[in-house]
Amino acid sequence: MTLVDHDLAARVIERALRHGGDFAELYVEDRHGFTVSLDDGRVERPRGGSERGASVRVVLGEATYFGHVDGLAEGPLLELAGSVAAGVRAQRREGESRFGARARRSGSGARAALAPGDRTALLPQPAGSHPITEPPQEVAAERKVELLRAGDAAARAAGDAIAQATVGYVESRRIVEVFNSDGLAAADDRTRTRLSVQAIARRDGRIETGSETRGGHAGFELVADAAQEIAGAATRKALTMLDAVDAPTGRLPVVVGNGFGGVLLHEAVGHGLEADAVHKRASVYADRLGDQLAVAGVTAYDDGARPNEWGSDGIDDEGTPTQRTTVIEDGRLTSFLHDLRSARRAGAQPTGNGRRESFRHLPVPRMTNTYFAPGEASVEELIGDVDRGLYAVSFGGGQVEPATGDFVFGVSEGYLIEGGRVTAPVRGATLVGSGLEALAAIDGIAGDLAIATGFCGKAGQSVPAGVGQPHVRIRELTVGGTAA
Amino acid sequence: MSDATAAGCASGDDLESLAGWGVEAALSAGAGEAEAWCERSTSRRIRVYDGAVESLSDAGGRGIGIRAFLGERSGYGYGTDLTADGIRATARIALDAAAIADPDEHGALPAEPGVADVEGLCSDAMAGWTTERKVELALAVERAARGRPGVSQVENAVYSDAEASAAIANSRGFAAAYDATRAFAYASAFAGEGEDLMTGLGIGLGRDPGALDAAAIGHEAADRALALAGARQPSSRRCPVVLDAFVAASFAGLIGSMLSADAVQRGRSLFAGREGEEVAEPALMLVDDGRHPDGPASAPFDGEGSATRRTPLIEGGHLRGFLYDTRTARKDGRCSTANASRSSYRAAPSVGTTNLLVEPGEAPLDELLRRAGEGLYVTDVAGLHSGVNPVSGTFSVGACGRLIEGGELAGPVREITIAGDLVGMLRGVVAVGSGARWVPLGGSVRAAPLLIGEMAVSGS
Repeated sequence: MTLVDHDLAARVIERALRHGGDFAELYVEDRHGFTVSLDDGRVERPRGGSERGASVRVVLGEATYFGHVDGLAEGPLLELAGSVAAGVRAQRREGESRFGARARRSGSGARAALAPGDRTALLPQPAGSHPITEPPQEVAAERKVELLRAGDAAARAAGDAIAQATVGYVESRRIVEVFNSDGLAAADDRTRTRLSVQAIARRDGRIETGSETRGGHAGFELVADAAQEIAGAATRKALTMLDAVDAPTGRLPVVVGNGFGGVLLHEAVGHGLEADAVHKRASVYADRLGDQLAVAGVTAYDDGARPNEWGSDGIDDEGTPTQRTTVIEDGRLTSFLHDLRSARRAGAQPTGNGRRESFRHLPVPRMTNTYFAPGEASVEELIGDVDRGLYAVSFGGGQVEPATGDFVFGVSEGYLIEGGRVTAPVRGATLVGSGLEALAAIDGIAGDLAIATGFCGKAGQSVPAGVGQPHVRIRELTVGGTAA
Repeated sequence: MSDATAAGCASGDDLESLAGWGVEAALSAGAGEAEAWCERSTSRRIRVYDGAVESLSDAGGRGIGIRAFLGERSGYGYGTDLTADGIRATARIALDAAAIADPDEHGALPAEPGVADVEGLCSDAMAGWTTERKVELALAVERAARGRPGVSQVENAVYSDAEASAAIANSRGFAAAYDATRAFAYASAFAGEGEDLMTGLGIGLGRDPGALDAAAIGHEAADRALALAGARQPSSRRCPVVLDAFVAASFAGLIGSMLSADAVQRGRSLFAGREGEEVAEPALMLVDDGRHPDGPASAPFDGEGSATRRTPLIEGGHLRGFLYDTRTARKDGRCSTANASRSSYRAAPSVGTTNLLVEPGEAPLDELLRRAGEGLYVTDVAGLHSGVNPVSGTFSVGACGRLIEGGELAGPVREITIAGDLVGMLRGVVAVGSGARWVPLGGSVRAAPLLIGEMAVSGS
């Protein structure tokens, strides 16, 4: 099945380039979603929907002209292309009168390599790279409800202190097609499934929450038997934190847990490697390609092709096949993350990181699944060498200013390390620092790589992103605690 | 809707008919009751960089969302296909969804829907602005920011606007529509280089581009970045803290989300069971106002057709009440406060704030600083939503700003965390500043600076 035929795509692109442009693209999408949750024992908020739409983009020199419409009918698509072209024309006129040579330096190279009548076959999807065993839309709604109830029952069975549980199920399918003036015609069929549990524990007036999520570019098979395990992880966190003491404050060694602990890499390093930030010098990594930023043994990847992973796709949202990109190799910064434009500008190869939330958004360089490669150490060794420090197992979330690399992470599950042993759980700890500082201070990596399910927000767009790592030790980091 | 046909404002009339079809489609598919929400918008977004257009977007969107009731069960469907077949398919999705929900005795359509009189949602001046003039406005924002000595980069200067219409209809015979326009511009400026680089944000908003002061927006971005240039990590301390309006707005937004009756009824708010109690210093007044003439979130009715209103939340230091939609109001035996909010037609209505107002006080900023004496002026916080436990209210967030020494602003600081608990912080509000402003970041809040008696600040 195709959403728009090639002949129409070619005419849209031709019209988009009517007033010039170096590049034009048509992106079309058909998306279906379904979500339902269970809260306090009650199945609620079932919601489903379907959306179809398209966007057209023309690039002329450094400028991008963009528009989108709901629906895929021929008339509105051609109208959209016409209105984007009108934007090009208006700016060229303006540019020629006001900026002279500057705007004229490009823009004469309009070309529509995908000519009307072309019958280029869609690029075949990388075969079986993200196989879907049980398409969620074919699974009876009752089974999804049973899954929620199983999660709820498992959470409640974890102890009397569990006061409440919320279980959420989300499925989506996005079929996308990308056509551009370089002759590209590519398609992708993306199914994602996700199950999450949040537990609230109460005891003696104390209240703590714990949550766990499993998601993938996968079908219902990913979560079908996972309710118990996910609920178990969520309740364990909530119950553990009931006994938490105030977090310490100061400069301390920090051992960061595997899986979601990788959000530190994502925020503190990954965003600074996205080539749009690099181009605008809004990244501390801008001039650092080839530099030794961490000790040998520290290697990190962005891998959008990792089978069935949450942040994986067949192609990115510009039609570039996803790939594994080594961003740090033995401590040396080796690559930025590119979309088509940033790659062209930098004279680099696209890395399959041109992602967008939907047809309503422009693609920007984004991470897919970002993680540290496994090292040689054991978790026991990493912790055993620490006299007094923090074991940050999981984060509630994090935030970074890419321009400075300054980050803040709320530790949702953390423990004191005393005399080489993990002791009391702590609450209210935050990690504060900068990416360069944290990278340089890594002094141990374990072998237990795990990748967790995250959402990444940038430029007003939210996309699924896998974050991961094995256990990693940072020699020293600022811990902001509640014990002042 | 009197000005619905004026230039710049699309007419919501045909949307009202589409919403009506949505209701009928759901009823004929077997729903006991139904409601449909229909939207259409056109929007522009202009991003400039280094004196030239970086991107220019022109977009149109439309869609319908249908809420269907099967007895006490309800489900939601949404779609972009507004043909008769498309609307029927969306109604079918809503009914299939309703069939798997558990019954909810409180779920219902509003008993008394209505439309409030809200002035000035739609500006006729919008239509008079060509794309070229809007580009010029975005460039003027960037020039103003770059023009400040010490600014090393302006990463973003963005202008955006939208003309939107929304309509609602339900099976009790209620139908209404409205149109609104909005314009918005911001810039993000850098001061310093490399590891010393600090950033600043400037924002302006209104109903049309004429309401935006390009120079003020650019200067604000530059001045906020320059104020932080050369920031260092200070030593840990307990001290008075002044939150600027941006930061006060972030905290107010967080508190607003905890005053949702839904969060309260689900036991996920530290304010549960505290109605009428003293939760803050009398200086602090917090109001939700869905009809504020300048409010970005203002509308004549909420997401399920209740007439918008003004709801005091914290007044005279006491917690006055919570924010309700129809379902949560029925559960508590109250009236809806018209806080059924929808992020778009894709989302079923749920309780949310409209425009949250931290009412300004008398004291100008320099007086707040003088009263603080030795303390910290916070101009940015990070990780607020991940760093707060909504049930206990304990928080620990990253921050940057300036030290306060001898009652005046002193050296810039970064890589600090401020910690405490929200009620403790509210009770510690010693004074509210006079400089209130809109901060449309992740919600619609108009806030003024706050002086907090003491907070734990951790650095090195």
